Amino acid sequence: MNRMFAIVEREMRKFFRSPVLMIMSMMVPILQLIIMGNAFGGKIVGAHVAVVDHDHGPQAVKIREGFDAIAVNIKTFTTVEYEDEIQAREDVRTGKVDAAVVIPAQYSRRVYAQDAPEIGLVVDNSDPFTSSSLESEMQLLISALTTPVVQPRLASAIALEIVELYPYVNYMKFLLPCCVALAMYISVMIGGGMLYIDDKARGVHEGYLVTPITKFELVFGLNIAGSIKAVLSGISLTIIGSLTAGLGVIFHPMADLELLCMIVVTSIAFNGMMFLMMVRVDDPLVPRAMFGILNILLLYPSGAMYPTKAFPAWLRALAIVDPFTYAVHGFKSILLKDGGFVSIQYDLLFLLLFGLGTLLIATPLFKRTL
Amino acid sequence: MSAPAEISTKTQKGSESPAIQVEKIVKRYGDFEAVKGVDFSVAEGEIFGLLGPNGAGKSTLIRMMTTLIPITSGRAIISGHDVAKEPDAVRRQIGVIPQALTSDPDLTVEENLSIYAKLYSVPKAQREKNINEVLEAVDLTKWRDAQTKTLSGGMRRRLEIARGLVHNPHIFFLDEPTTGLDPVSRIAVWEMLNKLKATRNLTMLLTTHYMEEADKLCDRIAIVDHGTLVALGTPIQLKQGVPGANVVEVHFDRETKEWQERLEKLDGVTSVQALSAGFYRVLTSSGSKTTMQLVELASSLGETLTSLSVQNTTLDDVFVHYTGRQLRDEQVKSVFTMPPRPGAQP
Repeated sequence: MNRMFAIVEREMRKFFRSPVLMIMSMMVPILQLIIMGNAFGGKIVGAHVAVVDHDHGPQAVKIREGFDAIAVNIKTFTTVEYEDEIQAREDVRTGKVDAAVVIPAQYSRRVYAQDAPEIGLVVDNSDPFTSSSLESEMQLLISALTTPVVQPRLASAIALEIVELYPYVNYMKFLLPCCVALAMYISVMIGGGMLYIDDKARGVHEGYLVTPITKFELVFGLNIAGSIKAVLSGISLTIIGSLTAGLGVIFHPMADLELLCMIVVTSIAFNGMMFLMMVRVDDPLVPRAMFGILNILLLYPSGAMYPTKAFPAWLRALAIVDPFTYAVHGFKSILLKDGGFVSIQYDLLFLLLFGLGTLLIATPLFKRTL
Repeated sequence: MSAPAEISTKTQKGSESPAIQVEKIVKRYGDFEAVKGVDFSVAEGEIFGLLGPNGAGKSTLIRMMTTLIPITSGRAIISGHDVAKEPDAVRRQIGVIPQALTSDPDLTVEENLSIYAKLYSVPKAQREKNINEVLEAVDLTKWRDAQTKTLSGGMRRRLEIARGLVHNPHIFFLDEPTTGLDPVSRIAVWEMLNKLKATRNLTMLLTTHYMEEADKLCDRIAIVDHGTLVALGTPIQLKQGVPGANVVEVHFDRETKEWQERLEKLDGVTSVQALSAGFYRVLTSSGSKTTMQLVELASSLGETLTSLSVQNTTLDDVFVHYTGRQLRDEQVKSVFTMPPRPGAQP
């Protein structure tokens, strides 16, 4: 046992003497949180919409007043007057404007006659974010225009009352669970993958192998050290990320305990997986080459970026065996929902079994000789 | 190439239970045989050298003896324990200094030693004492709190040696302990190893491709070439086994086809080796007589001698005698050969 802790001691001393590992393992997730959190999920502002008015009637004026209100208040778009519909459509295609609204002739008359009035909206759907945002604004505007000024005493339309269980979750908050898992993955990849193979190549393991240390002590010593590094990374990023994203859940002791459990089992799972992949690798280039591939294979199918329910069957199958899926789900359950142990019990169980399983497979594969 | 020497694999001191006993040991990687049935034994307290060029099989031999790689066939007995059957018992008896510098550069000298003492299960009370002793032995006491990466190459090599001794082993294996060191550091390491031998009664087995190192340090030397043991004996025995007591190196200003033949015909000359254009290495039973003859020969032919030197037989001559080529040739070749990728099989 003392020999196992000697390995842990060596790894931890080395870790604290080279803070570069810790900084680098957290730099990518923090940058991702700040840059992607601010870049994505924000509202579209300042788009240009061409308006081709063939009607010039009172109802067309109402629409244009609505456009002016949007331009002044929520600033989603400003309008540009066009005389020629073909030119407006061409300018949408070439990107001079983001969309074009066409108010046809006789529009006002058809509104008054309740004769299926229509407005045309030409959008550049190669940019789904801008086009869907403009569509949504237009729908709201049309809906407001068609609402009777005097409400009937008995509502005939079915109303949908939406109740949001949690405070508003912006994209940065949504990304935080992914970033915590990513920080731990990078820590394991560098600390448990790259440095492990570098030590092998430099002959450090040769030094261990001539001592009476057993295979079990060596494997578990290396894995305990790797898991501790990932736990430290996970804790640091949970605190920094929560403060950056404005999540106060870390100030609740029970949530902290749940988060700690999630961080520990995630570390064991990631470390076990990495050790299994690296157990027979000798070439220092291999973990470096695998870094990006594994990142894509593990992070994107996990539901960290997009719901797994939208995946095709084969990608959903990958998500089921991906430890990232359970890590992200677990962190999301605590950080965004404060769901308690009930919400993470299956994540904890899967990650723990996954970690122990991979270690059990890796131990006999570990060579006690060169 | 000369015929292999009559090799005695017995220990020099004739001990009944040698510290190291290697019997018909073989290492095969697929079809390639790195070590081809080597036998030798090393007595308690002896410094034994494995001398040979890069790729001769020295490191493979040492790695088999230190449990680092499995033995294909044959056996190695270390301190009475079979390496294949009782590897843990062997590991407790030995200290090993690998070729690479494997001490952790981020840890201090003392931390490196402490970690290894723990890996050898040295009791806590004994640990501090052992660390102090080995630091004293390798003259690194005042550097105990220095980070290893701040040490010079020679000091790091001394730390490696201290690390291998921190658990008081009976047998010490050193794989090319002075490779990469400057001449001053190399001599310091030799002095230190001699001191350790005198104070600790250690049995040492070292590999080297430096003739001078083997000559200065080793009680006995085994010359290894292409995985076989071609000669074994004390440095004096090996040198005496080479015909010719002196080596004359002569450089003529002009190369002619006849020089080799003319030199071989001189009295007392046993062999002539052309080193480069006009440059010859002559083994002779009488250096002074051959020198005189050479001067006379050059004068009679109207040729000029650029340089002429006489020296006693060296281990280099022993190597040439048994392998048919110079060790320095192998070393030069190795400079122009890409080193194996880290982690590749030796």
